[in-house]
Amino acid sequence: MAHLSIAVVAEPIDLAAATAELAAGRTDIGAVVTFTGLCRDEGGTLEALELEHYPGMAEAEITRIAESAAARFDVDTIAVRHRYGKVRPGEVIVLVATASKHRQAAFEAASFIMDFLKTHAPFWKKEHKATGPSGWVAAKSSDDDAEARWKNPI
Amino acid sequence: MRLLYFAWVRERIGAAEETIEPPATVETVGDLLRWLRTRGDAYEQALTDPTAVRVALDQFHAEHDASIAGVREVALFPPMTGG
Repeated sequence: MAHLSIAVVAEPIDLAAATAELAAGRTDIGAVVTFTGLCRDEGGTLEALELEHYPGMAEAEITRIAESAAARFDVDTIAVRHRYGKVRPGEVIVLVATASKHRQAAFEAASFIMDFLKTHAPFWKKEHKATGPSGWVAAKSSDDDAEARWKNPI
Repeated sequence: MRLLYFAWVRERIGAAEETIEPPATVETVGDLLRWLRTRGDAYEQALTDPTAVRVALDQFHAEHDASIAGVREVALFPPMTGG
């Protein structure tokens, strides 16, 4: 079974520390893939994203997703960090890092985890605009499509 | 039974959580949503379109036809937008 490292955190995510931990002290890791999701501003209108989460279930659901990825792909280590609370444009919202002997498993596991995290991990984004009312971000059907592609046999 | 509400479901109902005991006729998630809507305008407004409401039972995702027998914690929330 792969080693899993999952955390839902209020403070900024330390990419270097989380990534270094993946292959620390090991000589049998051939590939490390990292995905970093950032808070993106559109045209200078966004002041911050506020991420609400379901404490307890957020960690549990990300762990279940990582376990599914570990069962499906030949990965040695999976690390996931996800922010909650207020996140400013340019800051990291989510980090998914996977380590494996060969690159394909690491790429696919990271992609699988992100697709399921988007549709299954209990987080909700609210946009705080520099001017005007704040509002909840609507879920995208393209995220459902991204998840659905993993249901097809490879 | 402990009920938790998140995001706009929480805002529309006006509470993050509450403890309730639904009547014995409430057997499924769908029954629970219908029963909650009878509890006042705020609930009606939050749950008027049940297809927009996602559910977790004891911190596992569940469908609206799932039984709530023996469940201690029910969470209601919109489709998720994390990541």
